[in-house]
Amino acid sequence: MMFWNSLLLALREIRRNLLRSFLTILGIVIGVGAVITMVTLGNGATQAIKDQVSSLGSNLLQVRPGQRMFGPGGGGAPQFKLEDVKAIRQQISGLAAVAPQVSRNATVVAGTNNWSTSVTGSNLDYFTAGNWALAEGRLFTPEEENAGQTVCVLGATIQKELYGSSSPLGENLRVKNFSCQVIGVLKAKGQSGMGRDQDDSVIMPLRAVQRRLLGSRDISNIQISVANADNISRVQEQLTTLLRERRRLGPGADDNFNVLDTRQIADALSGTTQVLTMLLGAVASVSLLVGGIGIMNIMLVSVTERTREIGIRLAIGALEREVLLQFLIEAVMLAALGGLIGIILATGASVLLAKLMQVPFTFNPTINLLSFVFSAGIGILFGYMPAKRAARLDPIEALRHE
Amino acid sequence: MSALIEFHGITKSYGQGQARFQALRGVDLCIEEGDFVAVMGPSGSGKSTSMNIIGCLDVPSGGEYLFHGTHVERLDRNQRALLRRHYLGFVFQGFNLLSRTTAQENVELPLLYRGESAGRRATAARQALQQVGLGGWEHHTSAELSGGQQQRVAIARAIATRPTLLLADEPTGNLDSQRSHEIMELLNSLNRDQGITVLMVTHEPDMAEYAKRVIHFRDGQVEQDERLRELAS
Repeated sequence: MMFWNSLLLALREIRRNLLRSFLTILGIVIGVGAVITMVTLGNGATQAIKDQVSSLGSNLLQVRPGQRMFGPGGGGAPQFKLEDVKAIRQQISGLAAVAPQVSRNATVVAGTNNWSTSVTGSNLDYFTAGNWALAEGRLFTPEEENAGQTVCVLGATIQKELYGSSSPLGENLRVKNFSCQVIGVLKAKGQSGMGRDQDDSVIMPLRAVQRRLLGSRDISNIQISVANADNISRVQEQLTTLLRERRRLGPGADDNFNVLDTRQIADALSGTTQVLTMLLGAVASVSLLVGGIGIMNIMLVSVTERTREIGIRLAIGALEREVLLQFLIEAVMLAALGGLIGIILATGASVLLAKLMQVPFTFNPTINLLSFVFSAGIGILFGYMPAKRAARLDPIEALRHE
Repeated sequence: MSALIEFHGITKSYGQGQARFQALRGVDLCIEEGDFVAVMGPSGSGKSTSMNIIGCLDVPSGGEYLFHGTHVERLDRNQRALLRRHYLGFVFQGFNLLSRTTAQENVELPLLYRGESAGRRATAARQALQQVGLGGWEHHTSAELSGGQQQRVAIARAIATRPTLLLADEPTGNLDSQRSHEIMELLNSLNRDQGITVLMVTHEPDMAEYAKRVIHFRDGQVEQDERLRELAS
């Protein structure tokens, strides 16, 4: 009974001072809004990176010459040969796909259209390892692969840029000084985690690219898909041992190649965004605290301003705890109202910004609930002192107050 | 008639040491139910202090105060608040209505603290406003009412709970003489028709004329106590 009365009185008070109430909660609105928006977008970005990395293929190991993980492969380190690939296939078990790769940027021409893209030479395992599916046509046959025939499978971007809506199957695509027959088109996969368009490539048999574009038998990159995720670290160790043997590295020498788990990249990247998300959330929650202090400030002013009113209430028989409760509820309602408006604004802003930043929007109930409870808690925390001050007033003094 | 208020040797002092001020120096007083008492005296005579003690807003430094036989000086802050809530009504010189609040809401306020339901609050408030001659003004805020009307709202607020004792601290102090007489007529009729005991502080002798009994304070003591009209038995 007492609670409902206090609630009613608090509501009346908020309604009576609409503008001031709104300005009071602005701090909380902005604080809650900022926290939720930051965390939601941060989670979206993490999710986006995870999605993109997993779209590269599952349980993937990248083997590259050189010591560095990123950047152009090699430097002085020797490239791989087809024999290395064969040795890997024969000596390491549990592999789903082993795809040697070479690639070179080239301008490709179809009719009057031309397009600068990357031409990749690989084998059939390339499609397995990278989770590629055909949109139309076929992949190359083992015979074509072994003979290094000039047949090619196009990424979705190439098909769109060079052929538009018409089917490229059977057409001849000119790559530098030779032409190849288009036999298939891949389904689109979209941007990769590093912002590269994965669909912007032409895939041909390894030998064709080595012979026609590179003029060497080097292999710059081997992509390996492990059948069972549990075996990844075992395979990684065996690969390292095997390649050290084949490259005749002494016990003290550093690796002149590296074996990289795509999951590690994903974890590293999403770890970074998670840390950033937490940091941004923490910065935003400072504004929430500032909002709380704003509420305390206004409530203290309000107690002083309403001293006479409190005197009247006490004189006509309000108990100390009823006055306390009224002011406390007022503060909590203001704060909670601010939290609610903040959540609504944050949801709108997150949806909009997520679209703008091209990250997926996911409504996160935990952070929304947490922010709401936190803002109400701030109301209690910062409302208690002014409320206590109001309740402790001497009715005679309060009534005399001008 | 039974005694509503009994003061036995009530003293009240403020401050410490040198700054100590003795506001009441042993006041003995007895006010019966149904009386209409005017309290007069110069400022600093102790009349306001007595009113505050009678109104349970303040506690005496010494002596005994019995309200309906209850020792008020032994009650704590909350118990005194409950006593005010259930038995007392207050009318102040400055009206003391809540600003930006309608007459109806002002009158409902004490009923709210008494835990009355919304329906009963509304009915009682309307009745009280009717009684003070403000039927139809329920939804006007204080700013939209004249001084006399505001004081009527204040009286309506004080009587909406049907109190035993109505305490009025210079109720006509801020009003012109015609409004003052109207307010006094109103207090008089509340006393006569509803049997509410009225205790009023005033400076003006012609306002005191309305009372049945006039008590003069001077230097913290009762100087003179005259009965103008007999109490109906």
